[in-house]
Amino acid sequence: MKNKHVNAIVIGAGAGGGAVAKELSFAGLSVVLFERGGWAKYDDVYDDELHSQRIRALGQAYGPDDARHCRVIENKDGSTKIIRPSDGGFSEVAACVGSGTVSYGAMAWRFMEEDFKLKSIYGAVEGSSLSDWPISYSDLEPCYEKAEWEMGVSGDETQNPFSPPRNKPLPMPPFSHNKEALILKDAALRLGWHPFPIPMLRNSVPYDNRPACYRMRTCVGFACPVNAKAGSHNTVIPKAIETGNCELRINSLVSEILVNDNGKIYGVNYFDADNKQQTQSADVLIVSASAIETARLLLNSKSKFFPNGIGNGNDWVGRNLQGHLYTGAYGIFKDEIYDDFGPGASIALCDFNHHNEGIVGGALLANEFIRMPYQFSEIRPKGEPYWGLKHKEFQRNNFKKVARVMGPLQEMPNFNSRVTVDPSVKDFWGIPVARLSGERLDADMKGANFIAEKAEKWLLEAGAEFTWQTASKGKGVSGGAHQAGTCRMGNDPKKSVTDPFGRVHETPNLFVADGGLNVTNGGFNPALTIIALGYRVGGYIANEWAKGNRFK
Amino acid sequence: MDVKNKISRRKFLSLSLVGIGGISLLSLGALNKKPISKWRFFTENEVLILDALVEQIIPTDESMGARDAGATNFIDKQLMGPYQQFQKDYRDGLKLLQQSSMEKFNSKFEELNWENQTILLKLIDKDELKHSHWEKGADKKFFSMVIRHTMQSFYGSPKHGGNKNNVSYKMLKLDTPIIIGQNRYK
Ligand SMILES: Cc1cc2nc3c(=O)[nH]c(=O)nc-3n(C[C@H](O)[C@H](O)[C@H](O)COP(=O)(O)OP(=O)(O)OC[C@H]3O[C@@H](n4cnc5c(N)ncnc54)[C@H](O)[C@@H]3O)c2cc1C
Repeated sequence: MKNKHVNAIVIGAGAGGGAVAKELSFAGLSVVLFERGGWAKYDDVYDDELHSQRIRALGQAYGPDDARHCRVIENKDGSTKIIRPSDGGFSEVAACVGSGTVSYGAMAWRFMEEDFKLKSIYGAVEGSSLSDWPISYSDLEPCYEKAEWEMGVSGDETQNPFSPPRNKPLPMPPFSHNKEALILKDAALRLGWHPFPIPMLRNSVPYDNRPACYRMRTCVGFACPVNAKAGSHNTVIPKAIETGNCELRINSLVSEILVNDNGKIYGVNYFDADNKQQTQSADVLIVSASAIETARLLLNSKSKFFPNGIGNGNDWVGRNLQGHLYTGAYGIFKDEIYDDFGPGASIALCDFNHHNEGIVGGALLANEFIRMPYQFSEIRPKGEPYWGLKHKEFQRNNFKKVARVMGPLQEMPNFNSRVTVDPSVKDFWGIPVARLSGERLDADMKGANFIAEKAEKWLLEAGAEFTWQTASKGKGVSGGAHQAGTCRMGNDPKKSVTDPFGRVHETPNLFVADGGLNVTNGGFNPALTIIALGYRVGGYIANEWAKGNRFK
Repeated sequence: MDVKNKISRRKFLSLSLVGIGGISLLSLGALNKKPISKWRFFTENEVLILDALVEQIIPTDESMGARDAGATNFIDKQLMGPYQQFQKDYRDGLKLLQQSSMEKFNSKFEELNWENQTILLKLIDKDELKHSHWEKGADKKFFSMVIRHTMQSFYGSPKHGGNKNNVSYKMLKLDTPIIIGQNRYK
């Protein structure tokens, strides 16, 4: 049976795609929202560290699965390696309704004003394709606000002097601090720094018909047992479906964007839950498959009109792949400091996000979410054994005495850090897989060391008896759960993939709305920015539609 | 999450032959032929070596060690599941470890005294064992893998076959089952 033509197709029910689907269906457009995964259930993995999004030793609880997915990593020397989702370096977000927003830490950061104009502030960086965004913070501010109020964010930005200007406060009060955060707070104040409670896409009080957080501590790497954590799966997507205008099509993997004989994009091919290939047509298409998969899909959609893949006439699709180098330090305290009181990550500071001598950008610093026993077995200062009696004793004595402070470093975009499609390796459905190559730049190593030193200083001031830095583990291929940058937005069609509203330059009716748009990725976790971009792109399309524009 | 594999296995194997090349489950058939044993993958002899090895990695002290907490059972179970790709590494690695033990101490690994077992493993760990049987670096790689899996068995959820009676969670003074700050509200 042929699928009925709809107004809009959204590919990927994650952070960006959820917001787009909501905006379009509320504006009255008929929408099919494709998601390659299904609904994640808390009960499937509630206390299983080895199956969590953090560890995945025995598999990826929130997808993608090892049996059907793989990628290729290209090393600096040109050698390649096939990797599966449960291997390190696969760079997955997730594959389920909500994607990363189901199991994420839910830190809800707005980027700062500076983050949108790094090039103007800092100038060129050697080896980097650094550029300003084509939009400013104030362009995105209303979308941030919408994300915060429609999905629900708790926090108190008045406590953060570096917080960018806002029109409306956050809808919920901040979480109270746990034991570790209280100790860190006093220490930061003694150092003259500016600690504040972390803004969270979590209910500190009941909000939007979902309950308040009950402070257990499976707050990252797991779904929330009571839905106090907001993701697109329990906010915008159900709301989109409720309008009656949006059909969520799960276990459906889009394989190709289709172009007709006149060069016009008219729909997609996808594999349904039974792995049968089907076609869906629409007037306008939005790709929100996450930075790596979006690039892969565009590159795999080749036709005589787009011989190098859609939107890739200038060879920019898939380039500038960025993520975050996590940098910071561990400290061992005399007394127990870990109290298993969620969400765990509780305190942060933005003193080092910008205006650091000799560093471009910087990072926020925050304490860590969760401590898991197996994960901790690999956390040791240099020289400590990784097996034997001493290892076991370290585990026993220090499990609750260790704190970690860290942050996501603003990565300098590298034109040669990129996603391509592999010439020979294919996934279960026979679709060429993503190949990741290139590496981080020297500037990132410098920034990582700088931030790690600050983290160590914070821990020592808080009373840690022994500290060690976790700055640079070598440059490596970028990407990861904070993947971004592969479909850069810009004003110049020669040097970007989409326009400032996410429309792919070479096309009238194809949009991108996910981390791929980010010109730079901030010294912050990117989800709220990606959601805000989803509102921006979705809002733009809805507005144009209302004016009669059919994107022909 | 439900990730039911809806294409027949046969079709997947042929697809992955074209695509993924040999990374996956293709070598399974050959390796499955083994002498009768109460274990899923290992032979009784292999279990003797592995039990001794995991006990060196997490020894018994005031709390149970990895051997008694079921590390071998965990590994045996995963090798028939998500760790199928490591079957050959275990089969070869245990054999080579035994050979190294015979060569250095003229005794089986599981029959060596504790100190000599430790000496042998430290040589491997430091990459200082004479590589008469192993390919360069393969001994250390094997040992690192066994360390990783032993830690998973001991510190992971008991439902996977290790961490008997929540031994590690008790040792770490965690509520059991793990990570349940909500106990304070019960
Ligand atoms: C453990 C973890 C913790 C995190 N913590 C935080 C945090 O505290 N704060 C923060 O800001 N961010 C956090 N993140 C990052 C955040 O989740 C991501 O930045 C965000 O989800 C990315 O949004 P996106 O829209 O680009 O892609 P995604 O949210 O990944 O959405 C893409 C969706 O598209 C689907 N898809 C892909 N290809 C196809 C296809 N061909 N057909 C159909 N569907 C397809 C995928 O299955 C997925 O559901 C975390 C991530 C992880 C994994």
